[in-house]
Parts: sequence; C-alpha cells; structure tokens
Amino acid sequence: MSVSSPSLPKPEGKRRAGPRWTHWHAIWVAAVLAFVLLWLFGKPFAGWAFKYPRGEQLPFRRLIGEFMKWLVDEASFGLFSFTELTRFIAAVIDFPYRIALSLLSTGFLQGQGSDAVQILPPVSWIAVIAMFTMLGFYAGGRRLALVVGLCFGFLALFGQWNNAMITLASILIAVPLGVVGGLVLGIAGYRWPMFAVFLKPVLDLMQTVPVFAYLVPILFLFGFGPTAAVVATIIYALPPMTRISMLALGQVPGEVHDLGRMVGCTSRQMTWRVLVPSAMHGLMVGVNQVIMLALNMVIIASMIGAGGLGFEVLAALRRLDIGKGLEAGLAIVALAIALDRLSQALARRAQKHEHKTAANAGFVARNPYTSASVALIVFTGIVGLAIPALQTYPEAWQVSTGTFWGEVVRWINVNFFDQLEAVKNALLLNVMIPFKRFLLGLPWLGVTGLLLLTGYSLGGLRLGLLVATLAYLIAATGQWEKAMITVYLCGISVILACILGFPIAILTAERARLWNWVQVIIDTLQTLPSFVYLMPAVMLFRVGDFTATIAVVAYAVAPAIRYTAHGLRHVDPQLIEAGTAAGCTPWQLLTKIKLKLALPEIILGINQTIMLALSMLVITALVGTRDLGQEVYIALTKADTGRGLVAGISVAFIAIIADRLISAGADRLRARLGLKH
Amino acid sequence: MPGEASSNVKLQCRAVWKLFGAGAAAALATAGGKLSGEALAEAGLIGAVRDANLEVRDGEIFVIMGLSGSGKSTLVRCMSRLVEPTSGEIFFNGENLLSAPPARMIEIRRHQMGMVFQHFALLPHLSVLGNVAFPLEVQGVGRQAREDRARKMVELVGLEGREEFFPSELSGGQQQRVGIARSLSVEPEIWFLDEPFSALDPLIRREMQDEFIRLQNVLKKTIVFITHDFDEAIRLADRIAIMKDGMIVQVGTPEELVTAPADDYVAEFTQNVIKAKVIRVASLMKPMPKRAPTGGYLSDIGMTSAIADVAPLFQSANSVLRVVDDAGQPVGCLKREDVVQIMMQA
Repeated sequence: MSVSSPSLPKPEGKRRAGPRWTHWHAIWVAAVLAFVLLWLFGKPFAGWAFKYPRGEQLPFRRLIGEFMKWLVDEASFGLFSFTELTRFIAAVIDFPYRIALSLLSTGFLQGQGSDAVQILPPVSWIAVIAMFTMLGFYAGGRRLALVVGLCFGFLALFGQWNNAMITLASILIAVPLGVVGGLVLGIAGYRWPMFAVFLKPVLDLMQTVPVFAYLVPILFLFGFGPTAAVVATIIYALPPMTRISMLALGQVPGEVHDLGRMVGCTSRQMTWRVLVPSAMHGLMVGVNQVIMLALNMVIIASMIGAGGLGFEVLAALRRLDIGKGLEAGLAIVALAIALDRLSQALARRAQKHEHKTAANAGFVARNPYTSASVALIVFTGIVGLAIPALQTYPEAWQVSTGTFWGEVVRWINVNFFDQLEAVKNALLLNVMIPFKRFLLGLPWLGVTGLLLLTGYSLGGLRLGLLVATLAYLIAATGQWEKAMITVYLCGISVILACILGFPIAILTAERARLWNWVQVIIDTLQTLPSFVYLMPAVMLFRVGDFTATIAVVAYAVAPAIRYTAHGLRHVDPQLIEAGTAAGCTPWQLLTKIKLKLALPEIILGINQTIMLALSMLVITALVGTRDLGQEVYIALTKADTGRGLVAGISVAFIAIIADRLISAGADRLRARLGLKH
Repeated sequence: MPGEASSNVKLQCRAVWKLFGAGAAAALATAGGKLSGEALAEAGLIGAVRDANLEVRDGEIFVIMGLSGSGKSTLVRCMSRLVEPTSGEIFFNGENLLSAPPARMIEIRRHQMGMVFQHFALLPHLSVLGNVAFPLEVQGVGRQAREDRARKMVELVGLEGREEFFPSELSGGQQQRVGIARSLSVEPEIWFLDEPFSALDPLIRREMQDEFIRLQNVLKKTIVFITHDFDEAIRLADRIAIMKDGMIVQVGTPEELVTAPADDYVAEFTQNVIKAKVIRVASLMKPMPKRAPTGGYLSDIGMTSAIADVAPLFQSANSVLRVVDDAGQPVGCLKREDVVQIMMQA
C-alpha cells in the first residue's frame, strides 16, 4: 500500500539545506568555548562545578541501605515476611542443587557435618567423562567427542576434578532455571507490548550493573552459600535469553502466526505448539548464551560461597600463586569450551531431523546412549567400591604444572623485567597518567552540558535530557571522580583494543581462510570467563592500572575485530565493482568505499567493545584499580548495599550513556548512507 | 439481515473496510462509513481494503486478483477475521462473523475453514504427517484417527512415501502440497488460498495449477483464491474480482472482464489475453436462422465451450455450427466469420 504523502515535511532535507548547518556550527563553537573557559578559569569562583558539593549530594546511598535493612528486617506480605519468601525461594533452588552436587561431587550423605556417612558414592569420574564424551559423539560426531573427552580428562589430570564438578553442579541448576525464566519473560514481553516497554530498561540495567553490585543484596536476602550464587547467576544470565526470546518470537513469519489462528489454536497452543517450536533455532542461541554467562558468573559468585573453580582462582589471585591460579583458570577454560561446543552442536542437531527407527526394536536398541550411561554408572559405582581408582581419580596420577608455570613466570620476569617495565612505564607516564589527569580536571557541569548538546544533536531532546540526567546523577551521588577513572581506564582500553583490532580485521576480512582462523580465535576468546584474563596480566605486570588495561583489552578486543570485519565483508559488491570499474587502487577502494560504508557497523563494534570493557573493568578491581569497580568491590567486602548499588548503577549509567549516544550516531549515519536497518 | 443472503451464497462481504493508522475506526465512523482517497491521506490513514462488496457462491472458484499492495491479502484475512475489519459485515453461511465471539470463531476456523499460504507456513519441527495432522491435533483428535486422516490427505496430494520427511527436506512444490493437504485435513467448507503458487518456479507453478484443477474436480469446494497473476486467474476462476488500491474495481467471469472491462485498469490486464480462449460460444452465437443451411448442420456444439476449442470444426468448410444447450435443444448458431474475427484479435 503506497499512499504517498507529499504534504509531510522531510526533516532531513531541511537540515541539510544550508542555514541550519551554520546555526548548529555556531551552537557547537559557543558550547565548546564556554566549556573551555569554565575548565581553564572557572575553578576559583565556581568550585562547585568541579567538585559536587558534599552537602548537596543526593542521599541515595543511605536510602538504599535503609531500604535494604527494611526489606530484610520488616517487609512483610502479612502471612509471611519478605525474607521468609526469599529464603523459601532459596530452599526451592537448594533442593535440586544438593542432588546435583551429591551426584557429581559429594555423594549422598546421611547425618550432619563431620559425622556424615556416605551412603551412596557420587558418579565416578570415569562415568562422567564417558557420558559427556558420548553426548559429544551423539551431538557432533567423533571430533566433538574427542574435544569434550580431552577437556574433561584435563580436569581430572590436573587435579581440578572435584572443584570442576562443584561448578558444574551450579551450572546444571542455574542454566535450566535461567533458560525457562528468560523464555517466560520473553514470551510475556512478546505477547504484551506494554510489558516489553517496561522490561527493556530493566534488562538494560541488569546487563550493565556490575555483578559485584548486586551480590550484596542477594547475600542479605538469600544467605551466604551456593544457593545465593545460583540466584546471582540466574539474574546475570537471564537477560540475553529474554531478549533473544523476544527477538526470535518476533521473527516467526506472519504466515505461521496466521496458520496457528486459522487452525483454531487457543493462545496456549499458539505459544507452545506454533511459536516456540518455530523460533527454536533462535532460542537455542539464547540457551548457549545462558550457559556461557552462567559459567562466567559462577566464577564471580564464588565470592559469595559458590566454591568450585572460581574459588580456586580467587584464592590463588589473592595469594598471587600464579601456578595454582593458572591451572584452575585453564580448568575453567576447558569446562567452558566443552559446554559451549556441546550446546552449539546440540542446537544444530535439533535442526536436523532423524527419521524414526522402527518402533518394535528393544529399549536398548532405541536408546543406546541412555542404556550405556546407566550401565557405566552402575558398573563403575559397584566396581569402584573394590577399586577406589575407578571411583575417584587417584591423586598419584595427577599432574601439577603449578611449579612449572611459577618457574616460567620467574624466568620471564628475570630475563625480560627491564623490557616489560619499560613498556609499562612508557605507556603509563606518557599516555595513561596524562589522560587520567586531564579527565579528572574536567568540570562535571561542563561535561554534563556537552553531553546534553551531543545527545540533542544526535537523537533529539529526549536523548539529550537522558544522558545529561544520568551524568548529573553520577555527580550528585558523589561518584564523579571515580567515574572519571572508570572512563579513563575504559577509554584507554577501548582505544588500544581498536588499534589492535581494526588492522587485524582489515587484513583478514577478505581472506576467507585466514578469517576463519581469526574467527575461531575470537570465538574462543569470547567463551573464556573474564576472570581468566587477569592471570597472565598479573603474572607479567603485577597489580595496577596497566595490568587492568591489558586484561580489559584482551577481553574486549573481540567485538572490535568481529564487527569491523563483518562490516567490510558485507559492503554491497556492486559498489566495489563500481569502484574497481572507476579505476580505484586497492587502497582507494578500502578508504573511499569499504570503510565508509562499513562505518556504522564499526561504530556498533566500538559500542560492544565499550560494554565488554566496562564489565571487565569491574573485575579488574581485584588487581587494584581505583575506579567505580573498586568502590563496588569494597562495598562487597564490607557488605554495604547502598555503597555498592550506587557505584554499580553509576557504572550502568556510563554504559547507558555510551550506548545510547553511539547507537543514535550509528543510526543517523546509516540513514545518511541509505543503508537499511 | 442474515436471512437476506440468497441460499447458494457461501460467503458475503458487505461494505468491508480495513484502515491502518491511529484512530481509524473513529475517523471512519464520523465520516459516515465512507472515506475518499484524499480524506484518508489527509487523516494519515492507509486504506488497505475500502468498501469491499462481494459474494462467493457455493462450489465456485472465486479469484481475487490484484497487484502487490492492492489489499487482496488483507481482504482474504478479513474473511476469516485473521485481520479485524474496521467496519462492515461478513456473512458465512448467513452468520455474521464480525459479531461472533472468539470461542465461536475458533470453532468455525477449526471445522469450516482451511487456508493455504504463499510461503507454505509449515512447522519446521513436524514431519509431513505431523504438519498435515496438526489442525486435527489442535482440535484434540486422537493420534490414530488424525494420522489415518492425514495419511489419506498426503496420498491425495501425491506425497505418499514421504510422510516422515521434514519440510526442510522437500522442494518448494512438495512443501506446498503439504500445505494443501494440511488445509484439507479438516474438510473445510470454504478454502482460502493466498497466492499459493506465487513462490514457485514457473514450470512447477503450471504443474501445481493442473493439480489444483484436478483436486477441485474431485472435491468441489468453495474456494477463495488470491493471485497477482492474471493468467492464473483466467485459468482457474469461475469468477474474478479485480482489486486496486484497496477497492474492488470489477467482479465478473473471465469472459465478462475480457469483453467488457469496467475501466482502463482492467482493460490493461485483459488486452494481452487470447480472447478466443476466454470467450464462450454463448456470447458469440446468433439466433437460429429461419432455415438450415444446405446439407444441414455437420456438428452441434455446447454453449459453454470456449471459441478456441470449437474453431477447428470450421476447418472442414463449415460456415455455420448449431449451438445446443445442456439438454440438447438448439438455441442458436455460431458463424464462421464471427469466429475468424475473434481469432484474429490478439
């Protein structure tokens, strides 16, 4: 239906037509001038514009603390109190968790504490490895079976078995809950657009508030221990599932929707028989995301009692025991790779259909994998009673490379200390510290004003007001200085990530085989839990801002490469042909056509890099930064809910400001290039 | 009102409007139920269907033809209330669908309507058999009964042996056969086909049209068939409605459209049609002459035959043929020069 409406004004046409341009230029020049004047000469008579007056600060920190206290001590629904509700939820989660833990790690016990008697041993290590290997074979054939088998074998060989099983138990409970919860929210958001409007900012916050910030309230509400860790994991891993569910359901073709209504589906049949199965492919991507995020979070959650591999890494980091930490870190990597590849292969397999085998075959013939697993578990369980090595991986067979790694690091540090220090100091003294000083010297008032103007010119008044309000709130809660340190660390890391990532993307994007390799590498980088990146950085550069930056760059470089390459690879080939026909040199093709058209995509990549950098920054608080992340971490150790949440939400605000401004910029650019969304 | 519909009308649309845009219903109501194109543009509304009136008779193939964006898909979705019309009345078996409660609508869709979609709309996770049985599964029919029924349908569309295949393993033509089987599994009284062959290659499309004609000869359903292809419309239709900008421009038999196009728009579609294939003997015949030609009539022809089909009879030097009705009674004659005239037009 093309009802053209020539009477409608075309805003863009007008803006480009001369006079508005100079108008905008003038505003910008005036604003920057005012900003510089304030910055250089304002301090003596307008100190409040630089340091937000303490007396005027908004008391959110205290209010949140009091609210939390009220929630824990007094809040009640009449019949039961809020705390009772949360403890009830904890108990509900605790039950299946105990079973999973018993199966994988502790065995079934009778009695309490040290008097406990094991009445049934856990599933033996051989059976677990064999089951996962079979699952790998079922899902992805011999190659995957080999990968999974090696990964699990690694866990046993390096003495990480028990810790890994504790982590795995948390994952096994958190993932189904996260998937189901995310899916249900996603369906609700899809069915009721009003709910989606409410849901989106909540999801934004859930994904940008650093996890440390909500560990404290969870601790209060659910108590210290694995259950609280599982709750935190679910909160962390659920938003992407919800988003992907809404997206995948929205992408189900309208005709399939019509079909469901035409055959007379009730709304329940519509959801579960038509929409969810049709969206399955997209939903499986979400499941994979949940698994990876859960793995990432289970590590962090070891701070509130999850135990397992994360606790090992954390303890090793605190003792600066490089070897031990590295081994536990590698164990996490092994677990992550195995679970990631398995879930992806299972998702692919769900797309391929098997024709039914004859129904009259026996149970064993129809279910070879289940039968073999049961047989293995029973067999190793019984024989394990006689031969303990079958039950528990014997310590004598364990290999520890801890001392070896310690030696390697010592060797590097002895032989290359000067070079490493030189690089570190050069960067610190010439780039990082001046940049930090510059940012810390800026007046919050001026920055807020410039953000207002930037937002307004990129996306209209609403955007301008949003970003300015968020910036003001950061200042008004007394977080400005720490926020600026966060911006400085994040900024340096993102710039370094881009300097590193762009050339890689440009050099490899058009060489298919090379690009495949790069893809494998960045995929693997992204499957690794953020914690893992800290280890090598600390080993070589000890603690401090520089170490943090290295870790953040390593973690956040993947999207800079991926999006840039994606943008370059998807430039309309006709335009490249046109350029070649016009006699462009390869360099001209790259700079005048490809990069220009890939720019919106590249900008989105930078956006993603910023988001990842911010989430990693919080974790680098462990290596002694002084930014908002440190504030959150301190609040965690002091169990100060208000302090943690205010700092955490400030991080989220920085993320939201960056995200909204960059997205608006990319949208405008796309519109100008005439690229469809 | 419902009683007014004459007995052999299966489905009737009266003054059906579907407008998109904020405040569409109110704007239409204040304008007294009619809005001109200019008024719509002024109110910022999009008129997907504007004042559609038509009747679909029992057992006929009613084709709605229009280019993309003409509102034909919206109109057919209004007929089953997949799209809620802004105003108007739709009678199905004399019952006004627009006042039917949701439960009744589900009931009607489950048992009396079937629909075939342009892009097949097969459920990827179900086998051919599962897809065909799906409407019955939704109704709660037991597994054995619905699979028996589905097997029959799969056989009817010529896919026996592929019951356990999945949609991704079938070609486009085969997928649409599954779509057709599925829509027939509930034995619908009215069968909606929304551009069923448009997504197929030309050769397959031709084959599927033949298949469709074969099926209809067996099934004798009441059919609403949507297409943007005028040749397809001519080939399949008993009657055709031509839509443009949401309005029905003309309703008539293929012959009526060709011989008396309502306006230039219709004429543009019909000008390339080979008229002899569309025009029936009845339209061209002259009254019986007072006396028979010397040697009498060599052949009798039926009134509803296409001119192109009887033309070869004139080769054997006949100059006049006698036209008889279904009962064999002579009703007129067809003259050679008239046929030549028609044949020589493009």
